[in-house]
Amino acid sequence: MTQPAEFESQSFVLLRLGERRFAVSALHIAELVAPSRIFRFPHRTPKIEGVILRRGRIVPVCDIAEQLLGKGLTSRRFYLIGVRHYGNKTEWVALPVTGDCELIAAEMTPASESDAAYVAGWISHNGEVIEVLNLDALTPGETVAPRTKTDSPALEARP
Amino acid sequence: MRLMEPANRPPTRAEQIILFRVGGQLFALSSSSVQEVRGVDSLAGSASEISQPSLRKVKHVVRRGDRSFYVVNGAVHFGLPVSPAALVFVLRRTRTALLVDGIEKMATMTRLQALPLSYCHEERQWYRGLTAIDQSVIPVVNPEGFLTAEELAMLDSSLPPNISPTEQPSETTDTTQ
Repeated sequence: MTQPAEFESQSFVLLRLGERRFAVSALHIAELVAPSRIFRFPHRTPKIEGVILRRGRIVPVCDIAEQLLGKGLTSRRFYLIGVRHYGNKTEWVALPVTGDCELIAAEMTPASESDAAYVAGWISHNGEVIEVLNLDALTPGETVAPRTKTDSPALEARP
Repeated sequence: MRLMEPANRPPTRAEQIILFRVGGQLFALSSSSVQEVRGVDSLAGSASEISQPSLRKVKHVVRRGDRSFYVVNGAVHFGLPVSPAALVFVLRRTRTALLVDGIEKMATMTRLQALPLSYCHEERQWYRGLTAIDQSVIPVVNPEGFLTAEELAMLDSSLPPNISPTEQPSETTDTTQ
């Protein structure tokens, strides 16, 4: 009888921010898109730049580079559209990245208590140890979705 | 193979909105939320100065009939560059009159999308949601989001003695420029 492996292989998307690479579980990625026009309006939430329109959805753009690299991105090549959880709700969030992304399979070592909250774990790829990001901790927003007026279907006018 | 039946969608419910500018930024507001539109100059005779140093966005209170409204500078409220306001919107079912740069146009909103949950600060009170008009995304302001209950109480406490804060909002509509 074969003993089960300690960690099962999972799919991850590798993304590049400046000179560094990070990983996100492929289960939490919707798509990779070319940069499009950002619509900005006043708000008070740090890290959120504005929103883009994608397939009829309004998707917030969140620059995670400041938190991960200590400085903002000077150039951006794509938006990686991630899936962010708010309690039992999910929403897309667009993450600007500076280079191509790559889909790989790897075994993840879970994060330890000493790791930052946004680190879900670690993977090893081509001799490099890469942080796996926890988008729910990295991007702004309450963990439990607040009730808003627009939660009510009666207030939403549809085409 | 069975094709999926189209989902039963509720009937279209369009909403008339006013697109207006504050500090160069475009916003939308339901026209049904606006009781009256006035030129700023036409309010000069009915406005009284009010001093509440901790609330820079309100400098005046204005009498409309038997009611008083706090005049909120939209640019200060949203943290935008302050420019000379041309118009004031008296907002229905509130005690707010909003200073704006000008009206861009009227439009019809057919879909109001909830503000993404990533936005998690005061803006959740500022906006009812977002709408896409002419391939642009525009925030739809919440008329009740300009002054909190605490701010209203603070303003009431600094009213001149000849103005009562307890008058109830009426429902008459008068749109004049």
